[in-house]
Amino acid sequence: MSKELNLTLQVWRQDGPDDSGQFETYKAENISEDMSFLELLDIINEDLVENGQVPIEFDHDCREGICGTCSLMINGQAHGHAKATTTCQLHMRKFNDGDTIVVEPFRARAFPVVRDLVVDRSSFDRIIEAGGYISVNTGAASDANLTPVPKEAADTSFDAAACIGCGACVAACPNSAAQLFTSAKLAHLNLIPQGQAQRFERTESMVETMESFFGSCTNHGECHEACPKEISLDFIAFMNRDYVKAKVKNRKLAGQR
Amino acid sequence: MTVLDSKIPEGPVADKWENHKFSMKLVNPNNKRRFEIIVVGTGLAGASAAASLSELGYRVKVFTFHDSPRRAHSIAAQGGINGAKNYTNDGDSVHRLFYDTVKGGDYRSREANVHRLAEVSVNIIDQAAAQGVPFAREYGGLLDNRSFGGAQVSRTFYARGQTGQQLLLGAYQALAKQVAAGAVELHTRTELLDVVLKDGRACGIVTRDLVSGEINSHSGHAVVLATGGYGNVYYLSTNAMACNVTAAWRAHRKGAFFANPCYTQIHPTCIPASDEFQSKLTLMSESLRNDGRIWVPDAFDDGRPPDEIPEGERDYYLERKYPAFGNLVPRDVASRNAKTVVDQGKGVGTIKNGVYLDFAAAIERDGEDVVRAKYGNLFDMYANITGENPYQVPMRIYPAIHYTMGGVWVDYNLMTTIPGCYSIGEANFSDHGANRLGASALMQGLADGYFVLPYTIGDDLAGRLGETVVPTDDPVFVEAEAAVQGQVDRFMSIGGTRSVDWFHRELGKIVWDYIGMERTKEGLEKALSEIPALEEEFWKDLRLPGSTATLNSSLEKAGRVADFFELAKLMARDALDREESCGGHFRAEHQTEEGEAQRDDDNFAHVAAWEWNGADSVQTRHQEELVFDNVALTQRSYK
Repeated sequence: MSKELNLTLQVWRQDGPDDSGQFETYKAENISEDMSFLELLDIINEDLVENGQVPIEFDHDCREGICGTCSLMINGQAHGHAKATTTCQLHMRKFNDGDTIVVEPFRARAFPVVRDLVVDRSSFDRIIEAGGYISVNTGAASDANLTPVPKEAADTSFDAAACIGCGACVAACPNSAAQLFTSAKLAHLNLIPQGQAQRFERTESMVETMESFFGSCTNHGECHEACPKEISLDFIAFMNRDYVKAKVKNRKLAGQR
Repeated sequence: MTVLDSKIPEGPVADKWENHKFSMKLVNPNNKRRFEIIVVGTGLAGASAAASLSELGYRVKVFTFHDSPRRAHSIAAQGGINGAKNYTNDGDSVHRLFYDTVKGGDYRSREANVHRLAEVSVNIIDQAAAQGVPFAREYGGLLDNRSFGGAQVSRTFYARGQTGQQLLLGAYQALAKQVAAGAVELHTRTELLDVVLKDGRACGIVTRDLVSGEINSHSGHAVVLATGGYGNVYYLSTNAMACNVTAAWRAHRKGAFFANPCYTQIHPTCIPASDEFQSKLTLMSESLRNDGRIWVPDAFDDGRPPDEIPEGERDYYLERKYPAFGNLVPRDVASRNAKTVVDQGKGVGTIKNGVYLDFAAAIERDGEDVVRAKYGNLFDMYANITGENPYQVPMRIYPAIHYTMGGVWVDYNLMTTIPGCYSIGEANFSDHGANRLGASALMQGLADGYFVLPYTIGDDLAGRLGETVVPTDDPVFVEAEAAVQGQVDRFMSIGGTRSVDWFHRELGKIVWDYIGMERTKEGLEKALSEIPALEEEFWKDLRLPGSTATLNSSLEKAGRVADFFELAKLMARDALDREESCGGHFRAEHQTEEGEAQRDDDNFAHVAAWEWNGADSVQTRHQEELVFDNVALTQRSYK
């Protein structure tokens, strides 16, 4: 028989982007330690509905830690205190009986609250649209094995591509900077041969789009600590290097004007 | 006489697609911008279709209920994607992939569609690699392959255990490029609630903005539904929480036939449920079966921990029963065998609902590092969910609903029985027959989106040059919006006592018990009496707090669960009428002496496609006969 917990939750409730919002307190009793944090919220919501109250809105979907939909600041930490874990994969065995848990939305100016714990992260899509792709129209590709990719490059590129776009990096950053997210996509594409043609154009465009939404990086490293996929800070250094190179390379020479 | 015209081209199966591509009408590049196409869903099929159509020059509007197209559930696919590249020099070919897929589908799919799928499989790999999808590579920098899910050749391309994520990001990024170019209009957090027809042809859709609650109409020359499968009718499945049948079902109610709803696939390697509160089941890639050995204790109700059960008292039942394929038998065979041993009382775990998947032999043979390199992320996931370390203790697994082969009926051009309305990816019924092979879902979603629909849609549109879209103030849209609003108002006014999740959970139990891994006439008849009773209660006793003018996930779910009720009844009818076993549809009355699915090719080598007759009548069953000219129908045997 698994252990059971009795918990107090302080949950942020906010009707909409223009509402000021406030904490509400909820009790959760006999919570199994095998339950995930989102299942805990499910149970609180069932109780709320039973009592005719409006359930808490929160973003979630796959509940496997891969879609990047779930979020939440749990006791002030993005996705909670467990390392390399999304909220949906955070299990109650990581908490103690009698705990009070504070649950808030991700907070950043670029992530406005939609309702309760749900925020709008579409600024991430704008960064990808600014160059987070390799321009190859359908049908234009040559045989896949015509372009060998050194295994080391492929593996490192994959480490970066593992980003799920959840926004924990921004929520954890005291500056609400999106360097880790942006650099992960840049490293994914800039490290491999297929991504070279647009490398510097991509870098300049994505970095500048990022800066139009988000704060600046001051090397706290909180983003990496909060990242459920443990994306490396090295990618930020890689991005900064490519950005400097881009500013030089992208300068049009007289003959190109 | 059937009313269904599959429009399969003439000629030998290997030439059909080539010939068809040549004989189809083309839309001049400059005229493509005069057509508007609505794409609903942004998974592999939807995102790839929207990107490709937009690259061709069509004006595309894309709709997703997620906050970003990248969230679609294709992202969770783990294992890989098949491609008949024969890079491994082990005898693979388009014909072999075609043959394996028809056979794996238990001879209930269209030969022509499957051959086309196998043909374009190679183009998908090229396209994805060019997009920068980080497929696994050998040290020489070339692509690595593995054998997967019962295949006897290594034709599966993979990206660690996150192939779906990486392929979806590739398609999402291709779509993002088109959004940035202003060629695609993207609507997020917007759910389709109706398909609208004018003079019998699809002319647009009605949507609800999930944030503001606004109900709007959108018109187009064609509507493409890429809205995934209906596995969540079981409540507990490996689908994401928001996966639903609503788009497909609302199209069904408007005239799209729904085909083979009883063909649902159970995935053999999921983590068993630990309790009642469980909200979903987690799948682990069945690539685990490449190295893991499946067993249960010989003794009934053996309470000993696995390491105290000696080799001689273990039953490696798949290796014993199927020496040639062993642990790599197809999914349905692996699943049913797990159910058999658990039903016998040999299940393992606290509530005796699993079987062991043991890596001890692989770790001893290859070392822990090699095993970690192959499956590290899956092992971590398992450890995180169960609190057990699979490097030391065997995993516990049990089958769960994972994929639905049934879906909206489409012809060879992927058009539904509503002219102008298409269905692609898991949402349609087309290529997997009664059972889908591993690593073929990603292949089919991307085949439809990148390489089939962009050709076939032009054939229909070419003849419509100069036709303007139906304006959204046309009475057909006004009426459809009123109907959608009417349903929203009806939900809010019930004022009952039970949550929508409660009804979904109860429905799921009935569907799992009677239309799950094994079906019987008696059980299906029971389902057909219990489902309507629960449905009636749903419409009387549902409680929906909150407002219609804000984000309200209970309201979203209510519409989806209402559609699941209607679908569940059709699944039961379809399963009842199909008096045979095939693939994922196992009727206990129809099995061989060895307990294998017993097909009845004389009477059931056809697609059952159901026509909606109104909410108060039963659907009409139509048949599309399946013709097998190239593959001989045999009893599957994996001994």
